[in-house]
Amino acid sequence: MVPIEIRDVTLVYDTPGGKVPGVKNVNFNIGASEFVCIVGPSGCGKSTLLNIIAGFLTPVAGEIRIGGKPVTGHGMDRGVVFQDFAQLFPWRTALGNVTFGLEMKGVAKDEREKIAREQLRLVKLEKFTGSYPHHLSGGMQQRVAIARALAYNPAVLLMDEPFAALDALTRDDMQRLLADVWRATRKTVIYVTHNVAEAVYLADRVVVMSPHPGTVKAEIKIELPRPRDPLSVEFLECQKELLGHLGHDANANEPVN
Amino acid sequence: MTDNGQNARSLIRAAITLAAAAAVYEALARSGYFAPALLPKLSIVVQTLIATLADGSMIQHAAYTLYRVMFGFGLAIAVGIPLGILMARFTAVENFFLPLVSALMPIPSFALVPLFMLWFGIGNLTTVLIVFYAATFPMLFNTWSGVRSVNPIWLRAAGCMGADEHSLFWKVIIPGASPFIITGMRQSFLRAWIAVVGAEMIAASDWGLGWVIFDAKEFLNTDTMLAALVVIGAIGYLFERLVFGSLERATVLRWGMMRSAKG
Repeated sequence: MVPIEIRDVTLVYDTPGGKVPGVKNVNFNIGASEFVCIVGPSGCGKSTLLNIIAGFLTPVAGEIRIGGKPVTGHGMDRGVVFQDFAQLFPWRTALGNVTFGLEMKGVAKDEREKIAREQLRLVKLEKFTGSYPHHLSGGMQQRVAIARALAYNPAVLLMDEPFAALDALTRDDMQRLLADVWRATRKTVIYVTHNVAEAVYLADRVVVMSPHPGTVKAEIKIELPRPRDPLSVEFLECQKELLGHLGHDANANEPVN
Repeated sequence: MTDNGQNARSLIRAAITLAAAAAVYEALARSGYFAPALLPKLSIVVQTLIATLADGSMIQHAAYTLYRVMFGFGLAIAVGIPLGILMARFTAVENFFLPLVSALMPIPSFALVPLFMLWFGIGNLTTVLIVFYAATFPMLFNTWSGVRSVNPIWLRAAGCMGADEHSLFWKVIIPGASPFIITGMRQSFLRAWIAVVGAEMIAASDWGLGWVIFDAKEFLNTDTMLAALVVIGAIGYLFERLVFGSLERATVLRWGMMRSAKG
């Protein structure tokens, strides 16, 4: 719901083996309510960039503005969903997890439970409000995590490969569900993935990154109408184009003479 | 299966284990290899136990001991948990206390009894302090480890949702470290019993299960000694079932942070 500006962001990791560049001179803008996927091979700095936007890491140069305000540390204008199912608090029920952010905001108990129930209905878990995370499947846990990140109504949703550890069928369901949730909430979303089909299915625009050091290699607008059909010719064309930018030429598998 | 059914079955299983141990003892006692005065038959131990319970003396001894255990254990929790958390959260606190803790921990509580007797006299104060000393370290160490092993993703997630230090402490770190904290309480309680019996043997006058055992030795009353040991075992068993078992079922088992043995 608010735009994000990423200006000349550079980050260097200090490791025992010396300085390792994470991301270098990254520049792009994200429009209000836009769904942007960041795609790239392992080590391209896509998660690093997301962590900088989330405020977990501080860049050595450059800055990030969310709705015009520079990012310093984490804040309640951003909701974060991680890949790890363990992100939920095991000692709280699904409802208890979703109310956490509202509790921190000081929202009254009845009110926050009402909001949390609505959020859980949005991710189709209204029947599991009283369940503890260890009784929920991986896909359900990730849906609770999405509801939890949305419950305190941040303007921006940051997602770090949230469905990467799920099986393929569940992942398809989750992508459809996320597309619906996004349509309903109109959040600005930054979504990190290494899955090209996922990026084409979800994104308004895909930012392709390349490694060593992590830089933006290309930006591709996905203009397909929604809901998208992953089996349509246009969808496959988009995927092919994106793979081309990632260096996986469609003809790369043919023998070279 | 209902909770009641499970409860009854676990009681039966416990009874079978204890009956087997009793049978082995009885076989040894009746074998004739040992003097009956040193290894009395179970029937005599049971008679002594019933007689001392009936006249109230054993109950009073147990009450004294339990009072010292609970007092020292309570102090150990009150000091061990907060200090363990502070040590895990703040490097300065850790740097200051870790050498002290590392040096004090290996000193057996028993070795401190004569010194504490000189400082604090004979009676409750010395025994409670000995129990406190013995029980604090397991509580402290487990809490310290538990807080350090809280999954960082929980802290991150809570931070994103606007949790301040106070909320992090009560709503993330304490529940996140609870499997270790409960283990710490168990070990701490165990150490408290070891310490109290030892301390009572030397530094208690007239009351306490440790004193009963020590006093009975003077008169070769092995039946009284064994009866007192049975009482200690029974109290330990009841605490494990009623306190620690229930605490675990209400928290870490319910949350899936620990699992019961399977099969």
